[in-house]
Amino acid sequence: MTATLTKPPVDVPAEPERPRRRRSTGSFLNWVATHAIGLALGLMFATPVVFVFLTAVMSDDQAFTSNLWPAEWHWENFVEVFDKAPLLRYLVNSLTYSLLATAGMLISSIPAAYALAKLQWRGRNLAFLLVIGAMMLPPQVVAVPLYDTWSSLGLTGTLWPLIVPYFLFDAFSIFLLRQFMLTIPQSYVDAARVDGCSEFQALVRIIVPMAKPGIAATALFCFLFTWNDYFGPLLYTGEVKDQWTLSLALATFKGMHIVQWNSSMAVTFLTMVPAVVLFVFAQKSFVKGITFTGVKG
Amino acid sequence: MTASVGARPAPRRGRARARHRLAVLGFLAPAIIGFVLFFGYPLVTTVVFSFTKYDLINPPEFNGLANYEFMFKDPLLTKAIANTLWFVVVLTIARTVFALGVASVIARLKSGVGLIRTLCYLPSLAPPVAATLVFFMVLRPNGGPVDSVLGWFGVDSPLWFSDPAWAKPGITAIMLWISGDLMIIILAAILDVPQEQYEAAELDGAGPIRRWWHVTLPTISPVLLFGVVNSVILALQLFTQAVVAGSAGSGAADATGSTKYLGFPDNSTLTFPVYLYTQGFRYFDMGYAAAMATVLFVISFAVTIVLVQRMRKNSSAEEGGPGA
Repeated sequence: MTATLTKPPVDVPAEPERPRRRRSTGSFLNWVATHAIGLALGLMFATPVVFVFLTAVMSDDQAFTSNLWPAEWHWENFVEVFDKAPLLRYLVNSLTYSLLATAGMLISSIPAAYALAKLQWRGRNLAFLLVIGAMMLPPQVVAVPLYDTWSSLGLTGTLWPLIVPYFLFDAFSIFLLRQFMLTIPQSYVDAARVDGCSEFQALVRIIVPMAKPGIAATALFCFLFTWNDYFGPLLYTGEVKDQWTLSLALATFKGMHIVQWNSSMAVTFLTMVPAVVLFVFAQKSFVKGITFTGVKG
Repeated sequence: MTASVGARPAPRRGRARARHRLAVLGFLAPAIIGFVLFFGYPLVTTVVFSFTKYDLINPPEFNGLANYEFMFKDPLLTKAIANTLWFVVVLTIARTVFALGVASVIARLKSGVGLIRTLCYLPSLAPPVAATLVFFMVLRPNGGPVDSVLGWFGVDSPLWFSDPAWAKPGITAIMLWISGDLMIIILAAILDVPQEQYEAAELDGAGPIRRWWHVTLPTISPVLLFGVVNSVILALQLFTQAVVAGSAGSGAADATGSTKYLGFPDNSTLTFPVYLYTQGFRYFDMGYAAAMATVLFVISFAVTIVLVQRMRKNSSAEEGGPGA
């Protein structure tokens, strides 16, 4: 498995070019069939978004029909949705949640992951099991007492109950960072110690620079997870409209503008853009991070 | 580590060890506080609340096993458990098989791999709310794209999110569309299968399908088990897609975040977490919600143990590899 980690499937290992045995037309047909299926799969995944986009640029009337192709291209739909709902407000809320949570996660999770990956101490395995347990726990299990506590602090109806936990503990990020740090040879850490580095210096000067790709991937996942989160914002800000995040607002937008397919699809399309942009710029981090979550559970 | 401590002069050993302990504690301090505050404390409190009647305004009132007894008399809970079990079975099988199938095709491609892999993976990054609305639009029965295409063949489209029999399959379709992360994991495992094994099988005269069955599948079986466990957890937690599909389907999302009619149509999308949310945060029956949360906790815990044991086995099988 370690091999995968150092060489993510981004560049598919070029199969050593076999001398072209003039094989039967059967193998050519096989090639065509495989690639046809592959192409069909790719299209199958892409088509829904294409339809969303085409619907988003239709006129109000046409979006209501069964036409698949827009008669006129109403690009202004993407702008006009900002008048139909305070989307900028929701965007600011989403960014506040995602950016602060990601920053908090980096502060709290990097040292914790380091302690789990590179330091020896009694109870380390148990602590790691607790991290996995927390990661697997459905958020609904702990929702009742947490809501109770935040509400007695007067903080329900704000984004703080969503953000604060990231400054202390985020199980998935600790898990992922630990997996990355394990691949850094222990000898680097030991060498730093021999040179008189404190544990903190070893973390900041040796591990963090070496774990940069892993840290980037973890930050990306944290950002997207919070950006996509629906249960958390629904629980804490559902009743306070000006604290809604985009995901939460989107769920309502469809209900309130039910007849206007073009508007609701324009908003739907817009909420998907950040993920695509992040992916385009950080494809390697994504694939590497995903592979890591699976390879070792 | 032990080596470097051992290399130090003996008298400084005790102080070094104390300093080491302090470092560990320092690194872990926020995590320990966070774990206690956001997992330890609420888990214990959930269990305590589950033996009380509590509405968030008046102090909790002990009522023994009443919440648990009520579970057996609650037809909606039975419905919610049945729905969640449906997803645990269908979604788990469908998602694992689908991701394995797509990954197997991509692994065989010689050109265009990057593009097709990206297309298959990207939907999994979409916000679940958006993904649900995408399918709601694409599958809409009166004039939606799928309806139109089915119409060319003279087939009537099902009513999907308005039909109790089709709402869960509709949600499953959404979940398959966003299963790209599992595909990438399985694809990585397939590409990791040593080439020699295939060559050996080929010498034995095994065709592509038999090689896939006898070489690929057994080698990647730990990753498939991960896929199964991961899908079971997803199914147990299924919330967003069910709420959004239900409220969009009923056309009744109100101004306070989501619909009054969770579970639409006919409670077919009322999953266990959705029902827990309804009881706790719509009807403020926190005691009953806590009892349901306790049940959900026990089940998730059991699933997690399966996963952890698999990781243990894996890491002992590959000595020196990164593992638990």
